[in-house]
Amino acid sequence: MNRATRFWRSTVGKKIVMAVSGIIMIGFLILHAAGNLQIFESSAKLNTYSAFLHGPANELLWVVRIVLFVAVIAHIVSAYQLTMLDRAARPVPYAQKKLQAATIGSRTMRVGGVLLALFIVLHILHFTTLTLQPAPMAAGDVYGNAIASFRIWWVTAFYVIAMIALGLHLYHGAWSSARTLGFEQGHSDPFHRPVAVTLAVLIWAGFTIVPVAVFFHWIS
Amino acid sequence: MNLTLRVWRQAGPKAPGRMVEYKAADISPEASFLEMMDVVNETLTLRGDEPIAFDHDCREGICGMCSMMINGVAHGPNRGTATCQLHMRSFEDGALIYIEPWRVRAFPVVKDLCVDRSALDRIVAAGGFITAATGGAQDANSVLVSKADADLAMDAAACIGCGACAAACPNGSASLFTGAKISHLGQLPQGQPERYRRALAMVEQHDAEGFGGCTLHGECQLACPKEISIDTIARMHRDFLVGAATTREERSGSGVG
Ligand code: HEM
Ligand code: FES
Repeated sequence: MNRATRFWRSTVGKKIVMAVSGIIMIGFLILHAAGNLQIFESSAKLNTYSAFLHGPANELLWVVRIVLFVAVIAHIVSAYQLTMLDRAARPVPYAQKKLQAATIGSRTMRVGGVLLALFIVLHILHFTTLTLQPAPMAAGDVYGNAIASFRIWWVTAFYVIAMIALGLHLYHGAWSSARTLGFEQGHSDPFHRPVAVTLAVLIWAGFTIVPVAVFFHWIS
Repeated sequence: MNLTLRVWRQAGPKAPGRMVEYKAADISPEASFLEMMDVVNETLTLRGDEPIAFDHDCREGICGMCSMMINGVAHGPNRGTATCQLHMRSFEDGALIYIEPWRVRAFPVVKDLCVDRSALDRIVAAGGFITAATGGAQDANSVLVSKADADLAMDAAACIGCGACAAACPNGSASLFTGAKISHLGQLPQGQPERYRRALAMVEQHDAEGFGGCTLHGECQLACPKEISIDTIARMHRDFLVGAATTREERSGSGVG
């Protein structure tokens, strides 16, 4: 069997694929959140940035899109396969089972992950392809589109809920991926995870603030 | 103390099982959990009933045989103790106690609370050894090992192979066991020659036995009677990663010339 097959067939190999693709997505999210926050500066600033991405940086944009697409697919395929293996490993459930260490983050990886997958699809159909227009939207006017959409309560609510799922996913994922890749933290308390908490809170807040600010007219 | 037990009864590997209720009367709070089970079995035997089969051997926390899920927690409520070291004073008088076997596909039930854990032996057989000829006992310090490495290796080597990690894991993964066995040898100079091959082979055997994957919930570390750290899992991942990247297939005749 060749090396790549041996790697991919094992639970540890799939887990490493999951961690690497997750970290790629985290890297993207930091850039994405930073881009979004320009909405607080001015409409011109945000729309110029968008024009830059779609103009001079177009090739780069496509490279990033392809890398992300591969990462998302690899992440979902390994998540699905691991989940099936994990379920099969305990065919008879316990009559009584108490969890002692699992956090809300680790317990919601699967359901939160499915919500994120749904979110990613809807989000692209919403802002990238403009297929779903909760309010009239125009190509090139990112600022106007954001304002029009996030004034609608259920659009904002959906984004806020999805970002809670993202925050929880990162609270576990940013911590566990380091161990998946072989870094031992030497701290026996799994709740001690300052880097993951900081990262999760920053990314969660960076995304959540935009729809919330628009909804409450902090940006007009 | 008077207790109510709900115990999993299953006549054999293929037989259907169910939870059955028993009264445990006049139990001393000083009794160990297994002694309490002995008292219950004595009553059952005198009544002409089949006693509850459960595994045990050393009754001092070193053999890893006593494997029971007690009220949904592997080895019961106390941290860092095996079932045999758990005492009835840890329970309230009148308590209701659920007692179940390890529920993992790779650990089929043999009878009642006894499960077959030979899957763990096969994981060790797949790579938990060194190939260097050991010969007679050497001078203690002829191979130098740093204190830090020796400590980590000893902590991992404390694993008694009870299977509580897989029993407690929501995914039924024996990663803590496999990680402990891989990283106790991987930490020492004697374990270096086959370090990465070992990690590959043991992880592959772990998967072949039907254990699940690790999500790093951390349940295993709290269930472990020897309090082995999930850092051993991180070390297993690292050795596996290096192994997958560098190990070559062995070819017959290679190295012969
Ligand atoms: C697209 C939908 C997604 C699904 C279905 C999904 C699902 C999952 C699941 C089930 C796990 C736990 C796997 C396990 O049992 O170990 C996981 C881990 C992880 N996810 Fe996701 N996820 C998704 C999106 C994301 C996103 C957008 C990010 C990053 C921003 C991300 C980052 C991570 C990280 C870092 C881990 C930890 C990997 C590890 O423990 O080594 N995921 N994901
Ligand atoms: S009987 Fe030996 S560890 Fe409990």
